[in-house]
Amino acid sequence: MDIHVIVGGAAGQGMDTLAGTLGKLLAHFGFGVLSARDYMSRIRGGHNFSILRAADTTPWAFENRCDLLVCLDETTYLEHIPKLTEDGVFIFDPESFAPPGDRRGVEVPMKDLATEAGGRIMANTVALGACLAVLDLPTTRAEEMLLEAFAHKEGVGEQNIGALRAGYDAVDGPALPVNMPEEGRAGGSRIFLEGNEVLGMSAAASGCRFFCAYPMTPATGIMTYLAGIEDSGVVVEQAEDEIAAINAILGASYTGARSMTATSGGGFSLMAEGISLAGMTETPAVIVLAQRPGPATGFPTRTDQGDLSFALNVGHGEFPRPVLSATHHEDAFYRLNKAFDLADRFQTPVIFLSDQNFADTARTVDEYDFSRLSCDQHLADPAEVELPYRRYALTPDGISPRALPGQLDSQVVLADSDEHDERGFIVEDAATREAMMRKRMGKTSAIAEEMDEPLYHGPEEPEVLLVGWGSTYGALREARAVLEESGTNAGHLHFADIWPLRTDQLGELLAAAEVSYCVEANYTGQFADLVRRETGWEFDHRVLRFDGRPFTPSDIIGEVSGDGK
Amino acid sequence: MANRFLENTDTPTWCPGCGNFSIRKALAEALEEVGANPEEILLISGIGQAAKMPHYINANGFNGLHGRALPVAVGSRSVNPGLTCIVESGDGDTYGEGGNHFLHNIRRNLNIAHFVHNNQVYGLTKGQASPTSDLGMKTGVQTAGVTSVPFNPLSVALSVGAGFVARGFTGDGDHLVTLLVDAIRYPGYALVDILQPCVTFNRINTNSWYRDRVTKIPRDHDTTDRDAALRLSHMWGDEIPIGVFYRVERDTFEDSLADRRKDPSGLEQFNPEQMEYLQDAFRV
Repeated sequence: MDIHVIVGGAAGQGMDTLAGTLGKLLAHFGFGVLSARDYMSRIRGGHNFSILRAADTTPWAFENRCDLLVCLDETTYLEHIPKLTEDGVFIFDPESFAPPGDRRGVEVPMKDLATEAGGRIMANTVALGACLAVLDLPTTRAEEMLLEAFAHKEGVGEQNIGALRAGYDAVDGPALPVNMPEEGRAGGSRIFLEGNEVLGMSAAASGCRFFCAYPMTPATGIMTYLAGIEDSGVVVEQAEDEIAAINAILGASYTGARSMTATSGGGFSLMAEGISLAGMTETPAVIVLAQRPGPATGFPTRTDQGDLSFALNVGHGEFPRPVLSATHHEDAFYRLNKAFDLADRFQTPVIFLSDQNFADTARTVDEYDFSRLSCDQHLADPAEVELPYRRYALTPDGISPRALPGQLDSQVVLADSDEHDERGFIVEDAATREAMMRKRMGKTSAIAEEMDEPLYHGPEEPEVLLVGWGSTYGALREARAVLEESGTNAGHLHFADIWPLRTDQLGELLAAAEVSYCVEANYTGQFADLVRRETGWEFDHRVLRFDGRPFTPSDIIGEVSGDGK
Repeated sequence: MANRFLENTDTPTWCPGCGNFSIRKALAEALEEVGANPEEILLISGIGQAAKMPHYINANGFNGLHGRALPVAVGSRSVNPGLTCIVESGDGDTYGEGGNHFLHNIRRNLNIAHFVHNNQVYGLTKGQASPTSDLGMKTGVQTAGVTSVPFNPLSVALSVGAGFVARGFTGDGDHLVTLLVDAIRYPGYALVDILQPCVTFNRINTNSWYRDRVTKIPRDHDTTDRDAALRLSHMWGDEIPIGVFYRVERDTFEDSLADRRKDPSGLEQFNPEQMEYLQDAFRV
């Protein structure tokens, strides 16, 4: 089984709820599920849709196809009908529009049935019932979920169950029956969550004690998640602007708390000076940059990888700026924890690149192993620290013993954004400046040692080498598998840790491959530029997409096949 | 007895006769009077001559970016309210570059004392107009004289809800110490705007100019009457009131976070496995 479901309508019609519930149900029955939201930057109206792919093994990416199309309005029908498969099904409400005769159409009077059940607002629940009937899935679990969801509203859960059953009964029979997977896989130890939730949960479990941000799509979900979890110990503060957010997390971090902020390109631009301050004061900080297409306001709700070069260079002056990225839901949970660990060990800001494609995509994964998370703040040992305390004591590795204000008896901690001496006092002399620059920049080589080699799938000596970073992982992984099945000897190398750049494996594979492709969601090929800058190596092809939409495996396969491979 | 807050500091680089020396002395005396130890105090500043104070007072210090001292305090207060926090910066830093933070942190009501060295001119960049410069003041940049109406920090603070609003003058050290002590002890956001001559760049608002005008607020002023405080705050000219304009207590930012905050001293007691429950919300 491997189906794509699209649920579309105007903002406010409850597509997300419908798709989210259907996704969770399919996951409950044991399917692997991937789901994503495609929405416009508006509160009501427009055309928004959720896409969901369920299969026996968990899908990595979406294709440009649809097997079940749920039309809450006519726009959805017009927009997506071209990609509905031959055996596909679309569900529509005759009250909204009348499609031309098409045997694939299933008529469900969603609004009428919802009104009968208690209110038009439940039209999406009617649609869910219809979907279950089309797919030949039972309604029992869905009914439980509705009762849970509306437990706080007397009678509403029961009304929704009525709507669900009405939708189910309105369908003549399973037009698109799916075989339930073997029983052992159902439910149990798997979870289903969005990228922003992965990052929020990782932060909380990493001991993040302070999160401060200004709402900005597509990063806002992290703040919403963290504010919503109870008893987590994470103080969440909405800042008046992104400048306040970055400076606030530095204040919290200096005082002793693991701290994080999250934003998108515009807010990240405002944070630039603060990130430089983190570099100068050697204050640990984790900054999540959830990319969307720029410049300026760009496409607020769409995806892009166009801020890589900016992230690598953000903030004036020279200081170490480790850059990591979210590749997929399993890895990102541990990767963000690594960002916290690097920030604390090396007393430096760490930038974690996400994007809308990762942030808003939900995927089923096995539950995480929390014992793998590092929560060591790497603070000075009070018994060993030399007195009087010097915050910026010069050491062979450039890392000064870090004490918190109030941690050491009768000692004070002075952090300074001016060039400073070991105590933190302002200096102007050349020798101290040189020593402090060497101290700060000297940390880079040790950070480089901590960078993971990129992940590799494929033969030792591939003919075709696909290279990517960040959230394109899923599309590349599927593309490689399809290429391999069709007889192409292909390898896929994927960077999660980006800077400092590891090049050993890349060098070997580039030497072995006949043809190489660097796949990125930006106009210029910023990662390929980085590789060339660092090594002089050039990829044979840059496969670039900058229309705000995520890569599909077919996009990549098409490029490779088009090249005669 | 020697003042502990003046020991082990860097040597001030201010111009001889600068009002900052009086503020430093008053601050050190106020801190002794409050009875705290240096390691229990956190001084946060931005950039400017006033913002160098953390280097000249023996206490914890975070000397950050121009205009951004208050956000640093937000983070610090969020996680470790055990430190007594003082934010210290100049008029350009606080009311110009940091204007947005000034407004919103009064609204937050952080429990901090905010001491603004207000000399009505930019010193560190050599004499341009500041947000509080008087109309008509000529500078190397404002060659025809300042045309923007001066920012009135006290009336703005009162309008957005500050609970403690005061003005001091460097020429009356004892009075200033009293104000600083009251502000530090006040549970909430306490603004003390401190009039201070700039001996190098401000030839108008000189020490004697201020001395001729400052007048202590009369004892019968009701410091819980916000309208009366606002009327006083509008006085500027032949008579400039100094003292406490307004003092009323309300719930602090820190109070509102008490239920969420944990482990102010770090993660020693933290085990990530105690957070496994977070996955329950996502189980299928």
